[in-house]
Amino acid sequence: MSTPPKITVATTWLDGCSGCHMSFLDMDERLIELVQQVDIVYSPLVDTKTLPDHVDVGILEGSISSEDDLEKAHAFRKHCKILVSLGDCAVNGNVPAMRNHFKLADVVDRAYRDTVTFQPQTPTQGVPALLAVVKPIHGVVGVDVFVPGCPPSADAIWYVLSELIAGRIPEPSAVTRFGA
Amino acid sequence: MPLPAKQPNVRVVTLNIDGRDLSAREDETIIEVCRENQIPIPSLCYLEGLSVWGACRLCLVELSGQGRLLAACSTRVTEGMQIQTNTEKLQRYRRTIVELLFAERNHVCSVCVSNGHCELQHMAQKCGVDHVRVPYRQASYPVDSSHEMFRLDHDRCILCTRCVRVCDEIEGAHTWDVMGRGSDCRVITDMAQPWGESDTCTSCGKCVQVCPTGALVKQGTSVGEMVKDQHFLPILARRRHSQ
Ligand code: SF4
Ligand code: SF4
Ligand code: SF4
Repeated sequence: MSTPPKITVATTWLDGCSGCHMSFLDMDERLIELVQQVDIVYSPLVDTKTLPDHVDVGILEGSISSEDDLEKAHAFRKHCKILVSLGDCAVNGNVPAMRNHFKLADVVDRAYRDTVTFQPQTPTQGVPALLAVVKPIHGVVGVDVFVPGCPPSADAIWYVLSELIAGRIPEPSAVTRFGA
Repeated sequence: MPLPAKQPNVRVVTLNIDGRDLSAREDETIIEVCRENQIPIPSLCYLEGLSVWGACRLCLVELSGQGRLLAACSTRVTEGMQIQTNTEKLQRYRRTIVELLFAERNHVCSVCVSNGHCELQHMAQKCGVDHVRVPYRQASYPVDSSHEMFRLDHDRCILCTRCVRVCDEIEGAHTWDVMGRGSDCRVITDMAQPWGESDTCTSCGKCVQVCPTGALVKQGTSVGEMVKDQHFLPILARRRHSQ
């Protein structure tokens, strides 16, 4: 019996807390089963530095908050056949988007000046410029699968990946919801 | 608007809902007949025991021979009606309605006191709303924490007016009202004064219990703790209206 070919998966985090990736790891021993069927070709969890040209499934955590997020989202859309928006930050902006009600300059001042005692200054080097408005992933690129939840449970992520591996498009509403 | 009193001698009509032949009293609404017969109809502004408002439009149904969709809560049954409650078209419309509710205000469920006990959140899941296709309005709304027991967060309000109706029709205080138009609409206490300064509020908490979302909550409850109890409503409503 021949084993079915593995699918390639790339993941990254944009403006999120990385909790969605932690939930991914919460699959525990099922991860062993998963590596038989999936090749993680790019992710904060592995050492690869560049996104391959052709990836079957791209998974994005977090919302679009900076120039860097924007670039990564475009790159993922370009190179991934199926793009998954993982978690409330990716799906609806969630906590990062709560800054949308303030002027960007005020937000930056709050973080780097108002609350700092010694040498308050705004970093300009080595950090990407923030965008004025935080958007969900599908606010800037097309998304194929939405998995709400903060974070979506390991079971929900397992279900989504299993369906994608089987060549089906999952319907995550059965297993997760906003705020889950 | 008080509930219309049920007539003692009303005729019985027969109608068909989703292929089932049913009979109902002539003075009943479609949603009442559906609830009696375990036919699920989604709704947010409708609540048994309160007057009919017809604002959320989630209870839309299709009537054969009519191009226009009807709100099941505010349409009385008539003889021979042929009703569909769950067509693809209705599902599509309901999905869009829920998405628009999410886009209008700032529902950040993960940091909402009602997370896990919210009718809007459950509705989204039931209708398959896994994302919102229209851009978020991103308008800023205030929070009123001036009441010593309760809190009002306009970001979570869907303008169902359940609070307005329960306070007026069941408690009899009429502390709540609605101000403004369109997306600027807002629920207010008294003449738009802080809730904590209200002369009319009796602090009975009925509005908090009937609020479907995290817009009205008890102070001091943390995320996911705000469980609402609406069992009192039909009982009190029956006593009120039978007087
Ligand atoms: S959805 Fe929740 S868990 Fe996931 S990145 Fe955002 S804040 Fe973290
Ligand atoms: S009121 Fe409901 S839908 Fe709105 S944020 Fe809270 S849990 Fe989510
Ligand atoms: S505060 Fe609650 S009950 Fe009142 S209109 Fe808003 S959502 Fe409805």
